[in-house]
Amino acid sequence: MSYLGLLKLSSPEAVVVLTALAVLSISLLAKRAASACPFVAALGLVIAIAVVLMLPRHATLFGGMVVISPLNSLFKIICLALAFFTVLLTEAEKAPRPPGEYLALILLATVGLMLLVGSEELLMIFIGLELLGLSLYVLVAFDKSDVRSAEAGLKYFLFGSTSSAFTLFGISLIYGMTGTTGLAAIAVKLVSTSVQPLLAVGIVMALVGFGFKIAAAPFHLWAPDAYQGAPVPSAALIASGSKVASFVVLGKIVLVGFAPVHGNAGWHAMVAGWSPVLAALAALSIVIGNLVALAQSNVRRLLAYSAVAHAGYTLIGFVAGTRDGFSAALFYTTVYAVTLVGAFGVVGVVRRETGGDDFSNFSGLGSRYPLLAGCMAVFMLSLAGIPPLAGFFGKFYLFSAALHGGGNQGLLWLVAFGLVGSFVSLYYYLLVLKAVFVESSIPAARPLDRLPPEIVQQGTVALLAAIVVLLGVMPNVLASRILAAIP
Amino acid sequence: MIAWTIYITFGGAVLLLFVPRGFARWIALLTTIAGLALGVIAFVDTPIADLAHFTTIVRVPWVPALGMNYHLALDGVSLTMVLVTGISAVSTVLFSWDVKDRQNEFFFWLLLVVGGCYGVFLSADLFLLFAFYELVIVPKYFLIAIFGSTNKEYGAMKLTLYSFFGGMFVFVGILVAYVSAGSLDLNELAQFQFSPQLQSWAFPVLFLGFAVLAGVWPLHTWAPTGHAAAPTAGSMLLAGIVMKLGSYAGLRVAMNLFPQGFQMWSKWIAVLAVIGIVYAAAVALRQRDLKFVIGYSSVSHMGFVLLGFATANALGVSGAVLQMFSHGVIAALLFAVAGRMIYRRTHTRELDALSGMNLSHALPFAAFTFVVASAASMGIPGFSGFAAEITILIGAWKTYPLAVSIAGAGMVLVAAFTLRALKQSFFGEKESTVVAVSPNWNEQQSITAPEKLGACMLMLTTLAVGTYPKLLLDRIMPAVETMRFF
Repeated sequence: MSYLGLLKLSSPEAVVVLTALAVLSISLLAKRAASACPFVAALGLVIAIAVVLMLPRHATLFGGMVVISPLNSLFKIICLALAFFTVLLTEAEKAPRPPGEYLALILLATVGLMLLVGSEELLMIFIGLELLGLSLYVLVAFDKSDVRSAEAGLKYFLFGSTSSAFTLFGISLIYGMTGTTGLAAIAVKLVSTSVQPLLAVGIVMALVGFGFKIAAAPFHLWAPDAYQGAPVPSAALIASGSKVASFVVLGKIVLVGFAPVHGNAGWHAMVAGWSPVLAALAALSIVIGNLVALAQSNVRRLLAYSAVAHAGYTLIGFVAGTRDGFSAALFYTTVYAVTLVGAFGVVGVVRRETGGDDFSNFSGLGSRYPLLAGCMAVFMLSLAGIPPLAGFFGKFYLFSAALHGGGNQGLLWLVAFGLVGSFVSLYYYLLVLKAVFVESSIPAARPLDRLPPEIVQQGTVALLAAIVVLLGVMPNVLASRILAAIP
Repeated sequence: MIAWTIYITFGGAVLLLFVPRGFARWIALLTTIAGLALGVIAFVDTPIADLAHFTTIVRVPWVPALGMNYHLALDGVSLTMVLVTGISAVSTVLFSWDVKDRQNEFFFWLLLVVGGCYGVFLSADLFLLFAFYELVIVPKYFLIAIFGSTNKEYGAMKLTLYSFFGGMFVFVGILVAYVSAGSLDLNELAQFQFSPQLQSWAFPVLFLGFAVLAGVWPLHTWAPTGHAAAPTAGSMLLAGIVMKLGSYAGLRVAMNLFPQGFQMWSKWIAVLAVIGIVYAAAVALRQRDLKFVIGYSSVSHMGFVLLGFATANALGVSGAVLQMFSHGVIAALLFAVAGRMIYRRTHTRELDALSGMNLSHALPFAAFTFVVASAASMGIPGFSGFAAEITILIGAWKTYPLAVSIAGAGMVLVAAFTLRALKQSFFGEKESTVVAVSPNWNEQQSITAPEKLGACMLMLTTLAVGTYPKLLLDRIMPAVETMRFF
């Protein structure tokens, strides 16, 4: 394989890196043009999407280090689109200064996302995780004027680096046992050899790192602070792109690499393997996430705990272990990511206008900005799983796939956890909407310069809400593509 | 054609978001009238023979990978429910004519509820039906929490969570049916033989999930609180049609899909129904708030619907469907009098306070309406309530003679609390002891034209069905007979 061929196949990543460099140089060299930075970044991401579309359908380089397949390309596009919306949200954010560096970091994190999604080899996946992680640590701590941002950055970094260490150790054990780091090759080895305790330890340790990325309990402790303290676009990226990419990779690792040690999480037929482990994580996440979210009075913390619960729902799809389950989990996490970018967009507006993001800051939003309030209602109700929004179809797809996959309704217990969890969640999502629509008092703590939302921000949020409604009314648009892309 | 009831209603709702304030109520009125008109046209046009089967109207692939179709169908039962939805919706808008505050938003939520109800009644795909069913939950919350009265936020949240709680069980039942049969088409599912072991637990899960919305005892407590907290329009819609979503879906989905499970559990449904009838009537007898009286009377009347289902014969079940229609009209009428005609003018619903006002002189039309509504509610012959309840009781006589006698006693209690409410609210004896008429009272606040129109429409409907129940029963009976739970 010549370098030219490699360059051609990794051209989307190259475009994003070049855009990052361009944005950095613009903000350094032409200070006046700094306000154009977000648009340059957005343009670069759009070009990258176009380049992804022009790639060949299938290609494999270096034993799976770079893999191009319909699934990988689809999720590269989704990650790029999520980064695109995140970049649009930075436009209205006051905190991230200088904007060039902030945007460059977002773009580099996006490259990490693309490497993660586009690889089927453990070492490359780890490099992607680290590139993503390092960019995100800085992005979280970027607001130098806010002490909570620094706290969140430190927490995120400490938890992240610890879990990276676990993952790396787990990968080394897996390599030691199987003699390879390619996912497909691992699967072949695992079929022929019996599962030894050391391998089991390796698998569980490798899963810890992903448990951290997707904020599944008990690895979620960083999430509330990061969601609350980070600048809004950083939090949006953590909740959206980072999660989607992690779920795609986690799904590939467990369903391709570890497929032979699936085990069984059915109620009467528990067999050791990774699926009972993920089932336990899922159940724990659903319970902890939903119950703790009930007690929150800050919208961003509430979103963080609900993120834990949603990670739990999504894992149910993997536990099912079928093609349908994988597809349902990916559909769900994509919808979730879109929803959260939008929700953080609204949070950004409210912060900008009232200087905070507690429930009290949201009160009366419905009468001040009906459009944004309506979008917030769409996002919250989609998270709660109310039709005709995308979250409703997502939940139905997930739970039906889980019941199909479990065989003889063995996973009904996990589905029951999910259903009770979403019942509880409606209560706290309604509390947010109650503040938005029912309460009419205007927030007291209001900064002197009251900033109305910008047109870009409003447009982005409205577009995301439209996507959530569209995916709810016509889920086939995305679901059939994901299903077709999964081999 | 009748599918347009759904599109027009949702279209009207979306339109309301964009029009200036003054037009909102007109758009809402036109939308609901169009819906009712489509229902009436279908009622007149469709040959009775076609209504015996759940005949497909629209069927478009939706998510082929999962076997989901956008599939609507019509039979006698769903046509009856579409009609009552249309009638309630029009009268609801008429009784909300003077909503001033956040008018567009009010009618937006209201039309969403109505549209969702049309959707449930016409769906022939399990997923679609469930989507419409859950769609109705959230608009109810906003309708009550924003526009309601007494203790509105508590009532709204309680009602919403109860509905969603029931929805959770429905979700399980639907998933199990879908996964076992591999189809979501209601007609196909109705042919599928589910294993008896599965039916024995899936039926109660599904049926009870739906029955929460129908106000089954002991999961009925959301109904009186919610009805009392809701604005008049909300109570009318809730009692008039939303409660019927639960009973309709229980019949269409739970009983039709799991007939053996139904046979296993039908006597327990009868027990719950009879307890509901007597208990709610007894509680209503002790209420001081007029809306609570009516709220509990709704629970009691819905008990008759469940009793009709439990009989598992064509007569009893048809009577139950007729009762759903009849109660939809009567409950709307009762709430209209209590919430709009009385409360808006006197600012109280306490029976003690009302009894000192001697309202029958001040509001003769309201008094007349309430007398008619009470008579219909008590089951006086000539009104729809009588036709429905007598059909149910005749049906029940064959299977549960004991239940009939207890329910008969319940009917006496219904008469008792209705008469008590009637007497205290309009014909109080304590004349001139308290001149407690609200200070806001003035003579201009006599009953307005839209109110009269709405009330007359509802009264005529209950009278028409009461004197000639064959009009509906001819269409309901064949449809019920083709269901397979006998």
